[in-house]
Amino acid sequence: MQPLEQPTAPDAQEAAQAAAIGIDQSAGDFSYDIKYDYDAGNGLTENTVRYISAVKKEAPWILDFRLNALKTFLAKPLPTHWATRDLENIDFEKIRYYLAQGQKPKRTWDEVPEDIKKTFERLGIPEQERKYLAGVEAQFDSEAAYSNVKEIVAKQGVIFMNSTEALREHPEIFRKWFGKVIPTSDNKFSALNSAVFSGGSFIYVPPGVKVAQPLQAYFRINAENFGQFERTLIICDEGSEVTYMEGCTAPKFSTATLHSAVVELVALKGAKIQYITVQNWASNVYNLVTKRGLAQEDAEIKWIDCNIGSRLTMKYPGVVLKGRRARGEVISIALANDGQHQDTGAKMIHAADETTSTIVSKSISVGQGRATYRGQVYIPKHLKGCKNNTECDALLINTNSRTDTYPAITVRGDKHATQHEASVSKVSEEMIFYMQQRGLTEAQAMSLAVNGFINDLANQFPMEYSVELKRLIELEMEGSVG
Amino acid sequence: MHTLEIRDLVVALTETPDKPIVKGVSLTIKSGEVHAIMGPNGTGKSTLSKAVAGHPDYTITGGDVLLDGNSILEMEPDERARAGIFLAFQYPSEVPGVSIANFLRAALQARLGEGEDLDAVGYYKSLYAKMDMLKIDRKFTSRAVNEGFSGGEKKRCEILQMAMLEPAFALMDETDSGLDIDALKIVAEGVNQLRGPKLGVLLITHYQRLLNHIVPDHVHVMYDGRIVKSGDKTLALELEEKGYDWLKTETAPAVS
Repeated sequence: MQPLEQPTAPDAQEAAQAAAIGIDQSAGDFSYDIKYDYDAGNGLTENTVRYISAVKKEAPWILDFRLNALKTFLAKPLPTHWATRDLENIDFEKIRYYLAQGQKPKRTWDEVPEDIKKTFERLGIPEQERKYLAGVEAQFDSEAAYSNVKEIVAKQGVIFMNSTEALREHPEIFRKWFGKVIPTSDNKFSALNSAVFSGGSFIYVPPGVKVAQPLQAYFRINAENFGQFERTLIICDEGSEVTYMEGCTAPKFSTATLHSAVVELVALKGAKIQYITVQNWASNVYNLVTKRGLAQEDAEIKWIDCNIGSRLTMKYPGVVLKGRRARGEVISIALANDGQHQDTGAKMIHAADETTSTIVSKSISVGQGRATYRGQVYIPKHLKGCKNNTECDALLINTNSRTDTYPAITVRGDKHATQHEASVSKVSEEMIFYMQQRGLTEAQAMSLAVNGFINDLANQFPMEYSVELKRLIELEMEGSVG
Repeated sequence: MHTLEIRDLVVALTETPDKPIVKGVSLTIKSGEVHAIMGPNGTGKSTLSKAVAGHPDYTITGGDVLLDGNSILEMEPDERARAGIFLAFQYPSEVPGVSIANFLRAALQARLGEGEDLDAVGYYKSLYAKMDMLKIDRKFTSRAVNEGFSGGEKKRCEILQMAMLEPAFALMDETDSGLDIDALKIVAEGVNQLRGPKLGVLLITHYQRLLNHIVPDHVHVMYDGRIVKSGDKTLALELEEKGYDWLKTETAPAVS
């Protein structure tokens, strides 16, 4: 194995600051020099959008889509009437909206540049998991640097490519649903994404095909002031099934970074989609993501969402239960450390009879970290036999941690069943002493207590993700105690 | 061969440091010995054990605790634990969501150096061997630590942890409290199994009945923050017969 290059060190002042507030984000705290072949420069104008579209050699309808979205984005105010005013600190003029290495997606591991392999190595992805990467789509900055759909998946007729390729090669499949689950005007950030999107995964699973292997993508931001705007669309045709996993770690920068993705899922009659996310953003990243699925008759969509790190995360995965007996589920874990705000939750829009939705949310606030649960459940009057079960539990590590819950459950009509439970607990001194008496350090005790709190949810993650999650929590807790 | 020496120890609640609860206790325990401390409620027995383990609610305002000649008072509770001091809790804390198997594994892993990994196969082998020895059902280890446990289950969980962590000294705080006679026998059997030349035990109890099952080498009687009488196992029987009131008259002149 070759020795690693010295990662770029953050300046001393910043390091001292990080030490003072007690955050250890070293897992993602590095970056490598990369030559960007394409760069749209700073700031956002019509020219930026035209430039991105031209580089990607896009069809005119996509350029039109982008330009319309730009107008919507510029016209829409920030949602600060309900969301945090911290959004006002995003300087849209300073962000670079597009850059890529100008590479075509790679087919085999051997063809992946050494630099990128090193990055994976530094992320601590175990050897076993690197083998996994053979079936992985990994996004390195804007473009997929590596993309290798398993042969067996391709043989089943599954399409798995990045957004640019997919819209170019299979417009007949993707255009129908693109921007339909989450319209451009849904919110300011979905509009922004629609104007400048790049990368992400587009997947189509043909009728009746059950993809046994979870499809994976690793995302990573690696340029200062660089916003990442990936776009994902997964369409599961009738009776098909797929699991998609994404994980992110980002290096730490001295100025704020914006990440604003749009993820649309479409589960046609009887289809099942499971979408799993584990994220560990650097503590200066704004992570403002819109995720929504559309479930037709007897279809099932499940979001498993885990958010660690970032300065501000706003994310409310949702399911529109459009067909009879459709089922939606959101399982979410959020950990807010000092200086971080996790504003997460779920949306369940019941739009057919006998639809069922479940929301389980667990949040952990450490130090001055702030966790907010925001939920929206809507069941209109004309429907019957709908069910919702919402459960949100918060764990406070320190006395100055903060948690808020805003569960909006609107149920009209009297033929429905809803249930809502919420709890707030604290890690007691007695529990920590008990664990310390068994030889665990205070930090180890904390991280074990936190892992115990989310254990029932973490067990629903695939093995390698639950291991990664455990490691991320340990890293967070190391820095959180005296 | 290890020695735990408690020397003229004075302990108070951290919030009221000027009101000592333990008022100068001296006691030396060597590997292989079982000492019992008896006494009425509220005389400082539990406080003594918690203070030695480093509980943050208590402050040591005088005296010292030496492990093999070195003071442990500056050590964090977890450092004391890793140095070989185990406290079996009177009221063990629940650790929701953490299985006994994972908890013990983390505790053993914490005793290894950086970069060293606990051998998982060896760990489970040793865990199951100890559980067989203590007649504990294997299903037990997948339950979350103390969560929803009966009084007896909690105490057995403490004994299992003690068996796995192999401390040099075990401080057993009211191990018999809340146990019916059957549970008491099971727990006592466990302690007797672990008894041996490598382990020193300090048994804290209110009742003589535990000492019918775990026969101590030394018995100390604690009253009003002090050890007022020490002897062999016959002292416990004498105490049983005469009751604690006998001590009050015995010790009255010494106190005044």
